Amino acid sequence: MNLKKYLKVYTKFLHTSFASELEYKANILIDFFTAILSLIGSIFLLTIFFQNNGIIGGWEFKQALIIQAIYTILNGITNTWFNPNLTEIVKHIREGTLDFVLLKPIDSQFYISLKKINPSGFLEIILGLCLLLYCGRINQINFNFSFITLSLITIICSICILYSLWFFISTTTIWFVKTWNATEVLRSFLYIGRFPLSSFSFSLRIFFSVIIPIAFITTIPSEVFLDQSQLWQILLEGIVATVFIFTSRKFWLFALRFYSSASS
Amino acid sequence: MISNLINRKIVTLLKVQYSNMLEYRIEIALWAISGIIPFFMLNIWTSNNLNESINISDIMLSRYFLCAFFVRQFSVVWVVFSFEEDSLMGKISPYLIQPLNPFFRYFAQHLAEQITRFPFALIIALFFFIFNPESIWIPNLVIFFLSAISTFLSFLIQFLIQSVVACLCFWTEKASSIERLLFIPTLFLSGLLAPVVSFPDHVKSWIYLTPFPYLIDFPANLLSGNETNIIRGFSMQIIWILLLFPAFKKIWSVGTKKYTAMGS
Repeated sequence: MNLKKYLKVYTKFLHTSFASELEYKANILIDFFTAILSLIGSIFLLTIFFQNNGIIGGWEFKQALIIQAIYTILNGITNTWFNPNLTEIVKHIREGTLDFVLLKPIDSQFYISLKKINPSGFLEIILGLCLLLYCGRINQINFNFSFITLSLITIICSICILYSLWFFISTTTIWFVKTWNATEVLRSFLYIGRFPLSSFSFSLRIFFSVIIPIAFITTIPSEVFLDQSQLWQILLEGIVATVFIFTSRKFWLFALRFYSSASS
Repeated sequence: MISNLINRKIVTLLKVQYSNMLEYRIEIALWAISGIIPFFMLNIWTSNNLNESINISDIMLSRYFLCAFFVRQFSVVWVVFSFEEDSLMGKISPYLIQPLNPFFRYFAQHLAEQITRFPFALIIALFFFIFNPESIWIPNLVIFFLSAISTFLSFLIQFLIQSVVACLCFWTEKASSIERLLFIPTLFLSGLLAPVVSFPDHVKSWIYLTPFPYLIDFPANLLSGNETNIIRGFSMQIIWILLLFPAFKKIWSVGTKKYTAMGS
């Protein structure tokens, strides 16, 4: 019953944000080009890294392309959902319009996280999927049911971690008002998700798996895709994702207690 | 008399913007941190012995990436975003009446921000030297002076490119997506992620004619003491400035004639 209501609300959200985004048609076209160029650029960078001996951190070029593909998909998801919504939190708090959100008879986190979409991220998702399929072919992976479910599960876990990281930072706006640059820091850290974790030095590897678990986001799904992963890694990713989602929820409710609207 | 007036204006603008920037110290510190991507790249280069193919020692490479970080810190430009916001909010109209091109205001804003950011960049460099003590070096005064000039010229080129794009706001309202499109080649071809010498030959054959290598690669090579063609670097920087400046003046005069304030 409740789920049905939220689904209905969400289709309305989709409808309105599509309508408003399509007003800027030329913009969407430019964003498409940007997505394509960005993928070409990343692959170009990879070829530079691999031109020396063909192996980086134990990954071959064709294997590293999988990481690139998964990164592109996740980046597309970030651009479609997380970025437009979570940057809006800053605006809500600065202008005091969070009051209106809190007064609505639906969950505030749901509203704030899914209100808008940016359709230009879809192309990135499609590009990433195509690259992933191509990688499946050049790495001679035979797609069977258990393998596909396992990859899907790890990717969903990655999305959860990614969402929580973004949401954490955006929520801190309630105290700090401006967190634009904090999201820039997160963005630049996420940038390293394009490369296999094993290509970094030991200390950075620890940093990116324990403190900011960016390593989980792309490397583990890619290993699952290559059928090289161990069960404990997948379990660990599942646990991390659950913990992150759960804490992000708790953190939001905690932060709301400190929210005082602009005029009160 | 006239030069006195200009001097006074510039000094006042700088003072105002500097005190404005000092209000947001934490934000600027975060921004400085978000520029540490070159260090992650350095980590990939050194952990995988990628420098063997381009004949640059680890130490020279670490100096290169440190300098790339510095050059980036002092040549980041975001005019498009400021201008887009101001023009969408209608703040441009009062600026246009004043006897000073509003771009001077943005220019002062950027310079003030760089001054504010300087201590934070130094702290990051200090940490870099603590972790890589063998890469400490002191460039001689002439080199230091020359690279400061070339960094400033790189800043000027980017400022002019962005100003041209910003003027497109008079036509499209959302110029930031064009800026994002232009940012992709800047990111991959400027030498921020990999020194231009490491690029494959078919790219090197044309890249030195574009403005990109002179944005980061050239000043960073100069400062770090890596091999670079000083005369070509400076002349290309100046040529690009001479090409871009009239383009900006033209598009500005056409654009202001076309300009109608929001709501009128």
